[in-house]
Amino acid sequence: MITFMNNSDSEEEPCNERTSLMSAESPPVPSYQDGLPASEAGEAQAHRKRRTGSSRSPNNIADGDMSDSSVPVRESALENEEEELTLKYGAKHVIMLFVPVTLCMIVVVATIKSVRFYTEKNGQLIYTPFSEDTPSVGQRLLNSVLNTIIMISVIVVMTVFLVLLYKYRCYKFIHGWLILSSLMLLFLFTYIYLGEVLKTYNVAMDYPTLFLVIWNFGAVGMICIHWKGPLQLQQAYLIMISALMALVFIKYLPEWSAWVILGAISIYDLMAVLCPKGPLRMLVETAQERNEPIFPALIYSSAMVWTVGMAKPDTAARGPSQQTWDAAEEGRENHRSPSHADSQMSETRSPVPTRPITSFEELEEEERGVKLGLGDFIFYSVLVGKAAATASGDWNTTLACFVAILIGLCLTLLLLAVFKKALPALPISITFGLVFYFSTDNLVRPFMDTLASHQLYI
Amino acid sequence: AFFWLVSLLLASLIWFVSVHLSDREDAKLQYGLLVFGAAVSVLLQEAFRFAYFKLLKKADEGLATISEDGRSPISLRQMAYVSGLSFGIISGVFSVINILADSIGPGIVGIHGDSPYYFITSAFLTMALVLLHTFWGVIFFDACEKRRYWCLGLVVASHLLTSGLTFLNPWYEASLVPIFIITLCTGLWAFFTAGGSFRNILKCLSCK
Repeated sequence: MITFMNNSDSEEEPCNERTSLMSAESPPVPSYQDGLPASEAGEAQAHRKRRTGSSRSPNNIADGDMSDSSVPVRESALENEEEELTLKYGAKHVIMLFVPVTLCMIVVVATIKSVRFYTEKNGQLIYTPFSEDTPSVGQRLLNSVLNTIIMISVIVVMTVFLVLLYKYRCYKFIHGWLILSSLMLLFLFTYIYLGEVLKTYNVAMDYPTLFLVIWNFGAVGMICIHWKGPLQLQQAYLIMISALMALVFIKYLPEWSAWVILGAISIYDLMAVLCPKGPLRMLVETAQERNEPIFPALIYSSAMVWTVGMAKPDTAARGPSQQTWDAAEEGRENHRSPSHADSQMSETRSPVPTRPITSFEELEEEERGVKLGLGDFIFYSVLVGKAAATASGDWNTTLACFVAILIGLCLTLLLLAVFKKALPALPISITFGLVFYFSTDNLVRPFMDTLASHQLYI
Repeated sequence: AFFWLVSLLLASLIWFVSVHLSDREDAKLQYGLLVFGAAVSVLLQEAFRFAYFKLLKKADEGLATISEDGRSPISLRQMAYVSGLSFGIISGVFSVINILADSIGPGIVGIHGDSPYYFITSAFLTMALVLLHTFWGVIFFDACEKRRYWCLGLVVASHLLTSGLTFLNPWYEASLVPIFIITLCTGLWAFFTAGGSFRNILKCLSCK
């Protein structure tokens, strides 16, 4: 166990920073609101959408140019159109996010219910040193609060460290860190997971086959996540590593600590994104200033989003977007397959600078997708998984938490469409989830059980 | 589904509080409280269905104003169907999933003298309930839209009646058969409310 703990230490660090990072902003996507006045465009850039939804352009100069040249009459028409389209595509985005979140939760719940390894208590992470095996309730509560404080402070320190690295352009260090952590996840955790699943179903497997399978899985995963690959494969890999991470949390976090940590991390998320000095907000703004996508390896994207500033049908604007493209190519991991499409499309765009703006907008809308940080996936799955594991074997609780989280996600996306600002995705869903978990477990369960034992239906 | 869950939450809160405030040992009182709890839950469900209708109506108006041709992309009938279906699914799932989970495990049904047909009757009852919720949703929304309050009252009354009939379990003849009759009648009523008619059925069958 000690060796495992050591391993988990080193991987916990990147994982912690990864989870807190997940609140990272989506890469800049140019705005289609070319008709907006320059001030609004500037404001739009200052408030970037947090992890989901359409984003505005980072190309300040380009927007300024465009808005100066556009007809004022078209502004209101474009605004109305834009609002309607936002709502219409908002609904599509919601559905696009439901599927991966649901899949992740299904994987986690299925594993929890079948593989007993993840519900056995086999020690704790060193981030939660206080044990919960104490005789009195007060002591247990105190221990869980202390555990939470330690965990949250670790996450805060990691996030601030990452933001500092990003600010001082230590890209190689960040790359190496991310690659190391995803290596650990893809190989070590998958090995353990496969081992436990095979043990549960009593399937005999020899080491060479196992090695081959894990090697292929891990290598393809690394390529898909950090470089280029088919979108759906990449989405599948991101879902799998979120599920694996969530399973680790479920196993190694003691019960009360887990609930308090969930609550605390949603509060932290709220503060880190909305406060002006919050680390995540600074990360977002720095990325915006430099017109770079943020850590594509840590964000789930649901569609072929153009991760680089899309070229405007204006040769003046092609300059900055071309620069960002080059910067991305050399420095960053641009793993989306649309990156190929990007370069091709940006080339096809240049010969059509005279195309009317409306058609450009149409094309952009179709390509726009939604982004959600992987940390959100992980914590949603932790909540549902814990509900499945510890709710006295009751499926009602799990289902209630699932519905609550999805409704929270809907509300968050709605707020996003209304405020058009970067928003944290954790607080609303986690609050709903926690409320529903505790109320269903304590109030609804005895009611439904008594009704079912008399075979009464309401 | 979320609205149904909230209504269930409130109802169970009321029941829980009442149970704790009352005498635990008296079986008859407990049963009476259960009946009370179930009735309160039914009423709350219908109240939340109404609240959901109001919410959807507002959303509908919003969608209509911003859409291109002045009409919302989803008709009220579709929304009624979806809302009824979701109420039905979540209530059905909540009623039956624990039974399903237990049915995988080892055990003998009815060993303590209860009916051995517990599982299959639960399955049928759940199916009837899901269908009923869907039909009630359609009728309810239509009645609210056309302000036919007697229809509303009838829906609530039939919900109470169905729930009450389940109290006659395990006397399955008296509970299952009437419930299925109610389901059929409500289904026909919903079909005609949603604008169906004999001609539509004939057209559909002859694939015109």
